Amino acid sequence: MSDHHPTGITRWLYTTNHKDIGSMYLWFSFIMFLIGGAMAMVIRAELYQPGLQFVEPNFFNQMTTMHGLIMVFGAVMPSMVGLANWLIPMMIGAPDMALPRMNNWSFWILPFAFTLLLSSLFMEGGAPNFGWTFYAPLSTTYGPPSTDFFILGVHMMGISSIMGAINVIVTVFNMRAPGMTLMKMPLFVWTWLITAFLLIMVMPVLAGTVTMMLTDRHFGTSFFDAAGGGDPVMFQHIFWFFGHPEVYIMILPAFGVVSEIIPAFSRKKLFGYSSMVYATASIALLSFIVWAHHMFAVGMPVAGELFFMIATMLIAVPTGVKVFNWVATMWQGSLTFETPMLFSIAFVILFTIGGFSGVMLAMAPVDFQYHDTYFVVAHFHYVLFPGAIFGTTAAVYYWLPKWTGKMYNETSGKIHFWLSMIFVNLTFFPMHFSGLAGMPRRIPDYNMMFADFNMWASIGAFGLGLTQVYFLISIIIAIRGGKKADEKQWEGATGLEWDALPSPAPYHTFATPPKVD
Amino acid sequence: MTEQVQKDENKKLILRLIAIIGGMFLFAFALVPLYNVFCDITGINGKTRGQALYEKVDIDKERVITVEFLTNINRGMPWEFKSMVKSIEVHPGELNEVRFYAKNRSKFDIVGQSVPSVSPGEAALYLNKTECFCFDQQRLNAGEEIEMPMKFYIDADIPEDITRLTLSYQLFNITDSVKVEAVATK
Repeated sequence: MSDHHPTGITRWLYTTNHKDIGSMYLWFSFIMFLIGGAMAMVIRAELYQPGLQFVEPNFFNQMTTMHGLIMVFGAVMPSMVGLANWLIPMMIGAPDMALPRMNNWSFWILPFAFTLLLSSLFMEGGAPNFGWTFYAPLSTTYGPPSTDFFILGVHMMGISSIMGAINVIVTVFNMRAPGMTLMKMPLFVWTWLITAFLLIMVMPVLAGTVTMMLTDRHFGTSFFDAAGGGDPVMFQHIFWFFGHPEVYIMILPAFGVVSEIIPAFSRKKLFGYSSMVYATASIALLSFIVWAHHMFAVGMPVAGELFFMIATMLIAVPTGVKVFNWVATMWQGSLTFETPMLFSIAFVILFTIGGFSGVMLAMAPVDFQYHDTYFVVAHFHYVLFPGAIFGTTAAVYYWLPKWTGKMYNETSGKIHFWLSMIFVNLTFFPMHFSGLAGMPRRIPDYNMMFADFNMWASIGAFGLGLTQVYFLISIIIAIRGGKKADEKQWEGATGLEWDALPSPAPYHTFATPPKVD
Repeated sequence: MTEQVQKDENKKLILRLIAIIGGMFLFAFALVPLYNVFCDITGINGKTRGQALYEKVDIDKERVITVEFLTNINRGMPWEFKSMVKSIEVHPGELNEVRFYAKNRSKFDIVGQSVPSVSPGEAALYLNKTECFCFDQQRLNAGEEIEMPMKFYIDADIPEDITRLTLSYQLFNITDSVKVEAVATK
């Protein structure tokens, strides 16, 4: 097995190697994470005190909009695709992804898509300012001219995600090593397979939505324009039909990651493997019938509110199964607390807090009070930061030795963890209180009564931002000069990538399929 | 699997996935008529239906329902627009007429379109309009004013718990999207 690989810039431009593409996805998503994070810093700086200090309200709105879009489509989703590219072929014993050329394309679309999106910041009229949910008519009748760049950008990132999803599905279905049956696949592969199906189901709906926006804006249609017989509320229905499965697209792969890591550091098999698979699938199926819980306040009839409320609360059942299984896996295990495990345990605890506030929001009557307040912001940041991002971070620490052959510094990792843990809670926990007290989202100025909560949140956010820069530096130091990693760096680790491959994993792996029994 | 078999298998699967993707893209557009049909049947978005025919039915003199009228003017619409009565009390089954007043206060000929909405939404199914200015586009030349009739009756089947409903009209300026000359003045 030769480890020869091309060199220079063309290696990265022309590469069809899943490991190269995975690395590019991960680096790209980290860059986007820092850009989106910088926008969050602008938001938190403005909100540090009541009153207008640093930015104009319109620019503030551009920041909240772009922060959301960049983090959702630029940071979280590509980071998950990066993990999929690196890990799925190694985990199922395939030599590469099934469609390597398309893989290259689906990555290289992204820098262009985000250049389009980010360039809107420098345009006359400014960047999109209507919130990442781009409700009509804010984004149609009242959207700035740069909205068209946003639309094209969303189209391109949608195409990229769809191609990534096709690649995952074809790889998992057709490229598994002999003996690797579906129910033997690592849970990360399972969660990604289900995520990929969600992607191909809903990304086209998103594409349809922005297409309708485009024709409403320029070609005289009235999909969302009441004056022409359209309906702006329908925009919300179509958007959230995409939007709710989208939130599971962002979290399911993280479920898969912690389902790999927790057993490894508990030195036990994952508790309830098949129930994990079924729970993931049920979450995905349920995600299609709960979209209107995002819009309880539009004036739905009671029957509709009840249906969406109950269907939403039903999701707590499979999610509860998963949390139970993770805890049961740790139960009576011989646990050690290396950095990936710490991030995974924090994931379980903090994601559950985010889940609980989700159940509160699911109750239609109380949602009338919480709707569009900071409580919602607290809720989805709890499931996204300590959820999706802690999951990805855990994955980076866990598989870094396999990817690079170098170990990170454990002390440095622990510092990163504890700072993240403290600051993430300092940032987002007070938002629960300011939200319950009635502070609305997406405002640059607020009532004096919310001043303390906001100051804490801002201090937490600055700390959290700096901590992620520290993470970047410590990972670069590890890659450049970390200790050499063992083939099986974690004694409790299982899976083909640890058992059948050296560290670092060679450029070409499993040219002949491994034996799985 | 040999390489060729593998390629064929991949192709088959990819084609299926692309079919799903195409289907879902079309589904997004199909949601538009589906949404309208669904709301038309259930009446849940408060939209009233098109022109109804008034059939002589028994008028339920026992019940009195208050119907309130609201008018709103959308951005960039230089008209005055109001209902001539704020509310009326009606019996289910009885045909009523109210009049709305509109005046173009600008120096331009303008075409307007009013869009009705009923609250509570479920009442929309029982509010039948036999004549309404909202069925057509309105053209008012500069400075012109008009009184517009609206005839409606409330279906006798309206649920017992509804004693008060609001019919609101939002008036939009649609001059830019129609040919002003093509819309007849009234």
